[in-house]
Amino acid sequence: MSRTPKMKAFARPAMALSTVLALSACATTQDVATRSDGINDPYETQNRKVHAFNKGLDRNLVRPVSQAYGVVPVEIRNTVNNFSENLSMPRVAVNSLLQGDLRGTGLATLRFAMNTTIGLGGLFDAASELNIPEHDTDFGETLAVWGAGEGAYIELPVFGPSTQRDTVGLVVDFFTNPLTNNTNNKFDDDLQSVPPATATASVLNDREKFSDTIDSVLYESADSYAQSRSIHLQNRRFELGQDRARDTDPFATDPYEDPYAQ
Amino acid sequence: MPSNLTRRDVFLSSAAAALLAATPAAALTESGARQLVDQVVADIDRVISSGQSDAAILREFERLFVRYADVNIMAQYALGADGRSASSSQKRAFNDAFTSYIARKYGKQFRDFIGGRVEVQSARAIKAGYEINTLAYLRGDGPFEVTFHVSDRSGSRKFFNIYIEGVNLLLTERSEIGAMLDRRGGDLNAMIADLKSAG
Repeated sequence: MSRTPKMKAFARPAMALSTVLALSACATTQDVATRSDGINDPYETQNRKVHAFNKGLDRNLVRPVSQAYGVVPVEIRNTVNNFSENLSMPRVAVNSLLQGDLRGTGLATLRFAMNTTIGLGGLFDAASELNIPEHDTDFGETLAVWGAGEGAYIELPVFGPSTQRDTVGLVVDFFTNPLTNNTNNKFDDDLQSVPPATATASVLNDREKFSDTIDSVLYESADSYAQSRSIHLQNRRFELGQDRARDTDPFATDPYEDPYAQ
Repeated sequence: MPSNLTRRDVFLSSAAAALLAATPAAALTESGARQLVDQVVADIDRVISSGQSDAAILREFERLFVRYADVNIMAQYALGADGRSASSSQKRAFNDAFTSYIARKYGKQFRDFIGGRVEVQSARAIKAGYEINTLAYLRGDGPFEVTFHVSDRSGSRKFFNIYIEGVNLLLTERSEIGAMLDRRGGDLNAMIADLKSAG
């Protein structure tokens, strides 16, 4: 692989990468959309159990807590979001580089440097004030760029809808957060609880902000599992640019051809 | 009389033809499709900022949906294969229930659009007509990509599908309607009754 020399610059993810390449090779072989609607869900029975658990978690904990969090002044919530987002910039920089996106690497690195210094450790988004564009990416996308298949649909406990490829990505990305618990961590133990705490706060903030939409999918739909699966896959494929050729994908809906066709 | 045709006559008749082209009855053009999206956005904006009650706003949305969307084909597609065996009165009842369901379900979130704006970005031809790509800027949020599919196959210029950040409204609603039918063991009348209070 031509990118191998670059990877040497990243001692930390390098080891995880070799594992992941092996794993993603498995995912490719399974990447067959088993149904006409472009959804590959061989673990549906298990996934539905996890979905029921996640829904209970949302109803009893996440939703009520997010409503309480919504009372916190928006300035404070934004500050927490900024901090959490800044910690994700090393992940964005590393993955942009692995995808061969040098501009993205530069921008993410610049954002991280600026917000960590003049943004007072990431509490303020100074980079956005100076119009440095923001983008997001992760190791799941890197795997997609490298040609790994999407794999089967998986609903993860707590994290929610995902795919085999994105689940591998989630694990790898854990190592690019500067404050998480890994061997290269130079911070003391107290700080290790900060990233999960701020990430949780960001999730709560989104849960509150998009409350109407999420409630409508989870609690008003006739089959909330199928709806969240469909919406997640459509949106994720859109993000990864895998629906660009709309003429060939199963979502290229032309009802005028035959509205009754499945 | 042909022999009496002057340059001025030719000019006038071509001007008349150009005028006709701008009306919905003529073949759909890219600018016509863009125009439709602009009208939809402007009308939604007008309704939202009218300061009416929530119920009145939802009623207005339903009227706009009927005016600008090809409700017939959307309902047919959402019902899918189950529509084949439906009687014409069932189809009509489903059409009506589906129309208000869509207006309710998507209209309910109109508060998110207060103070926002939608900008048309680009257009391209698709099989049934044109795809119009827009960016929706909501207050305090990064822009969302919203795509309209516009066609004149119904006889007039209407949109027949919307994609929000890649999520296809027709496809999503087809799976929802399918699940509602499954819940009722395939009983179309029971599902239509459910649909009237859903969303």
